[in-house]
Amino acid sequence: MDIFVQQIINGLVLGSVYALVALGYTMVYGILELINFAHGEVTMIGAMVSLTVISALVGAGVDLPGVVIVLFGLLAAILVCMGVGFTIERLAYRPLRNAPRLAPLITAIGVSIVLQNIAMLIWGRQYISFPPILPQGRHQILGAMITDVQIAILVISVLLMLGLTLLVKKSRLGRAMRATAQSPQIAGLMGVNANTVISLTFILGSALAAVAGVMVSAYYGLAHYYMGFLLGLKAFSAAVLGGIGNLTGAVLGGLLLGVIESLGAGYIGDLTGGVLGSNYQDVFAFFILILVLLFRPSGLLGERVGERA
Amino acid sequence: MLKKPTASVGFFFTGAAFMLFGVYGISRKYWKMEYVLKPTLIHGVLAAIIATLLLGACGKRDGAAKDGDVIKIGSVSPLTGPQAHLGKDNENGARLAVDEINAAGLVIGGKKMHIDLISEDDQADPKIATTVAQKLVDNGVVGVIGHLNSGATIPASTIYNNAGIPQISPSATAIAYTAQGYNTAFRVMTNDEQQGHVLGQYAVDKLGDKKIAIIDDRTAYGQGLADEFAKAAKAAGAEVVAREYTTDRSTDFMAILTAIKAKSPDLVFFGGMDPQAAPLTKQLKQLGINAQVLGGDGMQTPEYIKLAGADAEGEIASNPGLALDAMPGGKAFKDKFTARFGPIQNYAPYAYDAAYVLVDAMKRANSTDPAKYLPELRKTDYQGVTGHIRFDQKGDVTGGAVTLYQVKNGAWQPLETVHSKQ
Repeated sequence: MDIFVQQIINGLVLGSVYALVALGYTMVYGILELINFAHGEVTMIGAMVSLTVISALVGAGVDLPGVVIVLFGLLAAILVCMGVGFTIERLAYRPLRNAPRLAPLITAIGVSIVLQNIAMLIWGRQYISFPPILPQGRHQILGAMITDVQIAILVISVLLMLGLTLLVKKSRLGRAMRATAQSPQIAGLMGVNANTVISLTFILGSALAAVAGVMVSAYYGLAHYYMGFLLGLKAFSAAVLGGIGNLTGAVLGGLLLGVIESLGAGYIGDLTGGVLGSNYQDVFAFFILILVLLFRPSGLLGERVGERA
Repeated sequence: MLKKPTASVGFFFTGAAFMLFGVYGISRKYWKMEYVLKPTLIHGVLAAIIATLLLGACGKRDGAAKDGDVIKIGSVSPLTGPQAHLGKDNENGARLAVDEINAAGLVIGGKKMHIDLISEDDQADPKIATTVAQKLVDNGVVGVIGHLNSGATIPASTIYNNAGIPQISPSATAIAYTAQGYNTAFRVMTNDEQQGHVLGQYAVDKLGDKKIAIIDDRTAYGQGLADEFAKAAKAAGAEVVAREYTTDRSTDFMAILTAIKAKSPDLVFFGGMDPQAAPLTKQLKQLGINAQVLGGDGMQTPEYIKLAGADAEGEIASNPGLALDAMPGGKAFKDKFTARFGPIQNYAPYAYDAAYVLVDAMKRANSTDPAKYLPELRKTDYQGVTGHIRFDQKGDVTGGAVTLYQVKNGAWQPLETVHSKQ
């Protein structure tokens, strides 16, 4: 039982990071029908920037609690990522707004490679380690272990997801985003500046990615210029699983993918009597993804197009 | 060597011109993308710059070819991706050796020679490894130092063998590499059979751990080492209570570690590299698993301690060969290398020796022709930084030792060196 609870906790923590990144994919897709493959790299840049700031503060011997130092790093990461997100859209995607759909898609892959290599030039090939300044407390819940960092990841993710949903559903900007998603031309006629809305969408998505990046590096204790690739791939799968373009779908897809991976890796060996081992964990996760897409080609919550943003 | 420089320059220009016209035509005619490529002065200037760059690239290669006395040696390792730090380290090791040889002046066959080290990136990926291997062969290299990973070295070795080009891997330890019967495959590091054996016996006999969990990263290296370890541990009377798998790109091991926790092992063995070993160790502590972590040479790096921090304390890993400070030229090498490239990650001394061994064979054969110096390479008897290098019939280095290290006070401290029976 305690093992099962532990696997669920592992899955939820992992899944909430996937969900945060998946939100960025899904927001952009909802408005532009563009799969922004560079989003994983924005997450990586968030992690790198925050670690640079945190290491600098720790190195300078600033006498502040660890949490405050990490908050400074987070703030820097959010600001830089917002800038990166805005710049990517302005330079790489906007000139191709009316081009055939393949062109921006390939550009997105290009941007991702460019960002990776810029990061490699700036931060080098080394892994960067996260200074041990965060509280390392461990708690027992139903026999399972959960750390302070894991609790923080869960709480922050839930708050951010709620905040984003409120923003999209209730605010003026959210209404403009939903209108642009339905039809940029008509929204334009109603006085919505589509360019501003699209820029803001990228900025919002990148800010979420920055938070996810900081959380990942704090959780695993390291950052590397290559870390965005796999994370981006998993988050993209999560967005597709939940129904790309749908905010609730991205959250659901992220959490589900996390839990499925975790349970798959943990139990596949015991369930098949040792025939299949944890080497099949990704196969298991993607098998479920294919199964879902076979029966619901637009993802779990994909058909509710009206609510996408 | 480029035999027809003019032809290749022409080829570049024709290709570039076709591409420009093609993109321009398609985008204007079919996609109605007039605004994308409206011909302006800027485009003309860009095209001129690109043309100049292409010409420049060709010109440089032509210039090098004119000397005629250049020895091309390939160095292959992952220069991008999660193991880029180790890959660069190998390249730097080889580069240091090559620069020293060039500076000292190299005369082969009565002519003054200059070694040109061509470094390629295989991304630790078996598929890309074969592509870059073919590229090096086509480029006319006469010897290769690499690759880093066993998984990349094994498929690439077929290509070098078909081309008759000698290959010395500084760090591929999988048994399969030299067991293919290729006369061109060599390595300067002890293989996994010896290392896995030492680790297995050490775990059971010295540490007294009887319940063992094994994780590997499913690469030729990780899996091979884990298999050899399992064999030796079982033979020594231990029970393998869990066998789990991950990948060489993962950072999350919570799920498999939780599954392992249920089996309450005394020791967790990891077959893989430091980018996985460090977070794995942290997550193991985080889950409250009270087990010794044991690993191979992929884990015995400064990076592991840096990344795992305090959680690395007390963990044990092995590395083929002697400890750097116990190597015959270890201290001098460390000073030279650190002054130029910064801290040594892991295999740089082996790449350094591999380069010297290659050139040494060329000198004795008095030829840079692979067919002529290959027999001399097999007869190598060279006193290197990492030890006395001699090859057996398979191409494995003989008389290899394996050293065990433990993390104490934030640094790897040698525990003991086990000499293999050979």
